[in-house]
Amino acid sequence: MGLPNVSGDFSSEMDVDAFRRLFPLRFYERHLVESIRPDARPLGRARDTTLALGAVTSTDGSALAKIGLTTMLAAIKMEVMTPSIETPDEGCIAIDFHMPPICSPLVRPGRPAEAEPVVSKQLCDTILSSGMINMKELSLISGKAAWMAYLDIYCLDADGALFDAALLSAVAAFSHLQIPVVSMNDDGRVVIISEEHQEGKDPVNKEKRKLTLSSIPFSLTSILHKKYILADPTAEEESIMDTLVTVVLDSSGRLVSLYKPGGTVLAYTSAIQDCIALTRQRVKELRNILDEAVSGMEVD
Amino acid sequence: MEIDRIDERTPNQLRPLICSRNVLNRAHGSSSWSQGDTKVLAAVYGPKAGTKKNENPERACIEVIWKPKTGQSGKLEKEYEMILKRTLQSICILTINPNTTTSVIIQVVSDDGALLPCAINAACAALVDAGIPLKHLAVAVCCGLADSGDVMLDPTKLEEQKMKAFTYLVFPNSVFSVLPEGSLQVEGEPVENGIITSVTQGLMSVSFKFVQVEDYLHCIERGRAASAKMSAFLRRSLQSQLPSDTLKAG
Repeated sequence: MGLPNVSGDFSSEMDVDAFRRLFPLRFYERHLVESIRPDARPLGRARDTTLALGAVTSTDGSALAKIGLTTMLAAIKMEVMTPSIETPDEGCIAIDFHMPPICSPLVRPGRPAEAEPVVSKQLCDTILSSGMINMKELSLISGKAAWMAYLDIYCLDADGALFDAALLSAVAAFSHLQIPVVSMNDDGRVVIISEEHQEGKDPVNKEKRKLTLSSIPFSLTSILHKKYILADPTAEEESIMDTLVTVVLDSSGRLVSLYKPGGTVLAYTSAIQDCIALTRQRVKELRNILDEAVSGMEVD
Repeated sequence: MEIDRIDERTPNQLRPLICSRNVLNRAHGSSSWSQGDTKVLAAVYGPKAGTKKNENPERACIEVIWKPKTGQSGKLEKEYEMILKRTLQSICILTINPNTTTSVIIQVVSDDGALLPCAINAACAALVDAGIPLKHLAVAVCCGLADSGDVMLDPTKLEEQKMKAFTYLVFPNSVFSVLPEGSLQVEGEPVENGIITSVTQGLMSVSFKFVQVEDYLHCIERGRAASAKMSAFLRRSLQSQLPSDTLKAG
């Protein structure tokens, strides 16, 4: 299996793997000309995506999302807190993204990965500005008690498009979330009551509730390289071609975020429109995947 | 449609720009950039020998350190560092000084909205002052989107909080060229229309139409118009030879 003559003299007698390592960019460009990628995907196709809800039983809501090899585990823990004075009838969400050394050879123990605070901040901005969660729903007693949702996302395998997988797992964890039942104890404090001791106590919130999620955000990261747009890049592609564009659209088609942090390729209007069109397709796919996962849970 | 702004600017009006270079003695290049009450100080040290870990030694490496006005740097500062680093990487010619590191240190002096664009402009002026080889300059502008759908340029902090969405856009500066007109065009658009960096926050565009990105495209259009003005200002202030020379935009 020899490649056609592209790198002059010695590529004809070179092994494909060696060529890939020595001339990664040329290796990719040879594929791009044929509108195909080394993993046999067309340029605009995202990798296979799977979603499993309820992966962690000790939490109130959890999900495991896989986009290709990129794996994210999201879990939500609910705690009762006193709401702030400015927003007495609103709860709060704290989002944290973790990249343990297990996820990639680039992450060393002891030193946090560079991407960690960035993805964390991006997730926080996206989830809050999309208005997916009505903070008022997280209120228990106005001015006295409200829910604090701790959302932790662990990256188990980092193979590109980290933000997409993280957002998908976060959204799925919220749709799996079951708010625990609480009651007022003798000291006047709101406590979570466990299933067995429910009798004799008056629950503040009647039954286990689910959050109503309006306009769920979904995202697609693409690479711009010359005139090509590669959807859902792998870690290898991200390291070779440096211009990333992440588009987040919500389920009603509004633009939540268009994020392009630098990169050598400039984005013109047509490229932006193409990226948005690709994302719109992907939103439909992801919606179906999420709906299937949620309905699968209800059957059980 | 006219909207009232707190400081009685028109929607397209930027705040007064002040740029001074060579403000620090020990730094290899420095600049101070202010837009109204937002002020940022940038210093450039380098190129120093060697690259950081996990960086490609065949290219020059750029390191950005963001110092907030008060307190320690948190997630927001880390995100700004990453955006700034990638933006500067895209305008520097990284192949000229391989295996070197250039440090860009940003110190926020006062924040009154549009902080990241202000820092990008300051960093760009400081890189020029340090003589780091650049492909072109970067011009950053902040576009705010009011509830009514109107675009306001360069919002103050108070305006930013009231707006439903805003976006930071970075464009290349407009070039003077001896080449015939049109030869620098990419896909029918001039080079300076290409977006280097885009960061948005908040929901954009109305929900009753099918194609719902007009708001964003509208922002880009207005941002481009403003970036042309800013790049003219940047050019004027960089051309002035006297180090203490400050120019005010009209």
